[in-house]
Amino acid sequence: MTARRSLIAPATALLAALLAALALAPRPAAAVNPDEMLNDPVLEHRAREISKGLRCLVCQNQSIDDSDADLAKDLRIIVRERLKAGDSDGAVVDFVVSRYGDFVLLRPPFKMATLALWIGPALIALGGSAAMIAYLRRNRRRVAGDAAKVGALTTDEQRRLAKLMQDGAP
Amino acid sequence: MTAEIGHFALILALLVGVVQATLPIYGAHHGIRPWMAVARPAALVQLALVATAFGSLMHLYITSDFSVLNVVNNSHTAKPLLYKISGVWGNHEGSLLLWVLILALFGSAVALFGNNLPPALRARALSVQAMIAVGFYLFMLLTSNPFQRIMPPPANGNDLNPLLQDPGLAFHPPMLYLGYVGFSMAFSFAIAALIEGRVDAAWARWVRPWTLAAWCFLTAGITLGSWWAYYELGWGGWWYWDPVENASFMPWLAGTALLHSSTVVEKRDTLKGWTILLAIVTFSVSLLGTFLVRSGVLTSVHAFATDPARGIFILALLVIVIGGSLTLFAVRGPALVSTGLFQPISREGALLLNNLVMVTAAAAVLLGTLYPLLLDAIGGDKVSVGPPFFNAVFVPLMVPMIVAMAVGPLLAWKRADLAPAMSRLWMAALAALAVMALAWAMFTGGPLIGVAGVGLAAWLFVGTLVELASRVRLFRDPLSDSVGRLKRTPRAAWGMTLAHLGLAVAVAGMAAAGAWKTESIQAMKPGDAVTVGGYVFTFDGARAGRGPNYQLVAGTFRVSRNGKPVVTLMPEKRLYDVGQRPTTEAAIHTTFWGDIYAVIGEPEGDSGAYVTRLYFNPLVAWMWTGVLIMVAGGVLSLSDRRHRVGAPARRGAAVAQAARA
Amino acid sequence: MPTRAIYLLPLAVFLVMAAYFALGLTKDPKIIPSALIDKPVPTFKLPPIAGGKGDGFSSDDLKGDVTVVNVFASWCIPCRAEHPLVTELSEMKIARVYGLNYKDKPADALRWLKAFGDSYYATGADLDGRVGIDWGVYGVPETFIIDRSGKIRHKQVGPMTPDSLKNQIVPIIKELKK
Repeated sequence: MTARRSLIAPATALLAALLAALALAPRPAAAVNPDEMLNDPVLEHRAREISKGLRCLVCQNQSIDDSDADLAKDLRIIVRERLKAGDSDGAVVDFVVSRYGDFVLLRPPFKMATLALWIGPALIALGGSAAMIAYLRRNRRRVAGDAAKVGALTTDEQRRLAKLMQDGAP
Repeated sequence: MTAEIGHFALILALLVGVVQATLPIYGAHHGIRPWMAVARPAALVQLALVATAFGSLMHLYITSDFSVLNVVNNSHTAKPLLYKISGVWGNHEGSLLLWVLILALFGSAVALFGNNLPPALRARALSVQAMIAVGFYLFMLLTSNPFQRIMPPPANGNDLNPLLQDPGLAFHPPMLYLGYVGFSMAFSFAIAALIEGRVDAAWARWVRPWTLAAWCFLTAGITLGSWWAYYELGWGGWWYWDPVENASFMPWLAGTALLHSSTVVEKRDTLKGWTILLAIVTFSVSLLGTFLVRSGVLTSVHAFATDPARGIFILALLVIVIGGSLTLFAVRGPALVSTGLFQPISREGALLLNNLVMVTAAAAVLLGTLYPLLLDAIGGDKVSVGPPFFNAVFVPLMVPMIVAMAVGPLLAWKRADLAPAMSRLWMAALAALAVMALAWAMFTGGPLIGVAGVGLAAWLFVGTLVELASRVRLFRDPLSDSVGRLKRTPRAAWGMTLAHLGLAVAVAGMAAAGAWKTESIQAMKPGDAVTVGGYVFTFDGARAGRGPNYQLVAGTFRVSRNGKPVVTLMPEKRLYDVGQRPTTEAAIHTTFWGDIYAVIGEPEGDSGAYVTRLYFNPLVAWMWTGVLIMVAGGVLSLSDRRHRVGAPARRGAAVAQAARA
Repeated sequence: MPTRAIYLLPLAVFLVMAAYFALGLTKDPKIIPSALIDKPVPTFKLPPIAGGKGDGFSSDDLKGDVTVVNVFASWCIPCRAEHPLVTELSEMKIARVYGLNYKDKPADALRWLKAFGDSYYATGADLDGRVGIDWGVYGVPETFIIDRSGKIRHKQVGPMTPDSLKNQIVPIIKELKK
């Protein structure tokens, strides 16, 4: 117990420090700031949309548009600079991806490695539907089978049936 | 001393758990009544012991006993009492203690109120419940002991994350856990049924209240979390498809499927194997969530500090519980014979469609959540799967389901005609079109998803009312007859109606808030005014101040519409004393049509200007209200007499047996 | 009744998932591999730290021989833990170790280097972090190994440890020098 206890505290502290170093910088900003925003509303709108699709790498599951981290702010400014320089949306995203890899994209790219991810849900839906249809078909066959086993009705039974059908409620 | 009492109580609980996990189930197998009877007192003793342990931990927090490591890491003398208490479960070890407390609570509830259960079933279910508990006790005692001492005790603690010092978030984990862990009861019953080799209407009826209760709590718990995120995180978002959010959503999807599927078992004696599988899967997915949060395999805002030893232990627990139950299902599943048959177009068919969509959605969310891990594990790229993926996959799945939800209740059991049902829904179709036209007129050029969403919501809302009207034969019979029928409607039926209505309202809120929210970010000096969503925000400056354990900067905004004042908003920016962490407290004014939402940011320059973020979020209150109505429906269903009276004796059993031969 | 095999499907799916989880426990989800491996070093020119020694360094300096670039800052706590290893690596004299001072105040950086030792062959000041972004830096410290032709061949995310220094960094440098 003692040996483990003596390791846990410093290990946690180191982890916390590492996270702190990776996450914090001298003064955290607060998501998109007015001083970063471009004057041209069209460009600014593009910048916001692109930012919403880029992951903040030092945060837990936020986009650079949402995040307070310094790295996010730097990237937001770079996105706007590239847009002002005339880059297309795709070129701006490529600029960031070429430096940080596909991980920075919140929408996973459609490529060989992510094929299973993108077509997976459709496959599951199709597979589930196929299984459901097969089950329903088997049901129907069983109903038909049971009816055949029971056999045809006698005239007396047919009359009773007709009366029941008339009286019964819809 | 309190810590030692707590620790000892936990050890005793483990021992009692081992007894409860072995004797009753063995007794049920061999018909040894006294051994089966052990289950009930054992469950109650376990609850007493775990409650003692939990109470001890709470006492340590309330008295700020810093000789205990857990208290040091997660508390501070300056924290308000409510948050000292909620700090008990705001960390890994404490939340595990909450887990086992609720596990014991549900077990005791079955022990006390399950008198209409056959003794063998009850004994087996309680044994399975105890097996799960034993796994968690071992996990705590071996890797995550909340009562570990620290010598010498520091003078003060490290404080709780200020983000968690919030009433909404204080209650979010207990609600969630009541949900997750509540599904353990359905799981235990399912295992018991597999062991017995029998699933019937009676079983479905016994299991339903526990599943419903868990579902209600989980729905409320998830929504509390969303609501908290909405008002705390400062930009009006309420769902991020974060891995841990997904970990709570998957059991909800599976649990909803389970509720619908067990209805079919109860009413029509079919879909048995599938329902048992769902019961196992729902709880398994809860356990999976536990693994994801605590093992460090995924990054998330919610993740507790990670430790590989813990990860390995939980994985072992998962393999034993889930692997074991699925093996049992593989072996004993085929023995479950279903007798009910139905045509594709029927109420059973509609419920099956619900299941298909819910399970596909859960599987898609699981795939997206786990994909980065899966790809990394086989040595592939590191990819990240974010909201764009989940939205692209989840939303299209919901569309056919919501359309079907209005039709399903109108279909008869076993065999139904689609045409009459659809024709009765002309009013719903009209409502949907009208709402969509209105939405388009108001927000021309906006995202189509918003228009489609509110249209679907209207379809479902009116469609559900159509079903209610049809059931009481409104306008077809004299009004007094209809009113009489209305009064005689079973609570469970009201429950369904309310739940579907609630979902419609919530969907409308989600669609509107997602598609049409307006935002304005700028620096404002005192006297500046900005218009957002038709409201004029006038900034009256900011002042500094102090709270119980933080410093603050509060801004004042006067909001008016068409010249008339509406409200004065005072958002804050806080800096907590210990830890020096800043948080934003948005100021929100809720109206029927939307939320007026203001956030104050950093000062800019020296002229007294501040960064301000102003929002108008349409129909947000509809989301929360809709969910409340859904939960009310669930609670109403729970109070139905059928759940308190036992199932009738199985008169048809002999006939059914003969037919099968 | 469906074939018995279908009842095995859920178990099979779960076991495959469990195997992945077991593998996943050995990985760290927070480490993002570099997108620049086997790509040429980005073009840059960094001035020296204001008030400090040297002329800074540029991408040209990183060609011709195997080099190491260590990203550090005075406000970074793990950098302090790592720094003795950086000194150790420098003193091995198997490769020049350049220091990239990331988003730091010059006075702070100089004080830090004075206190903990400056064994860098040269130090460049990246005041606004742009050069760091070109390198795909997302946290501090990070260490890059560059080969003779100026291509990035390895990235160490987070502080070096005695283990990673001995078993990864030094062997890679030696391999690249062959």
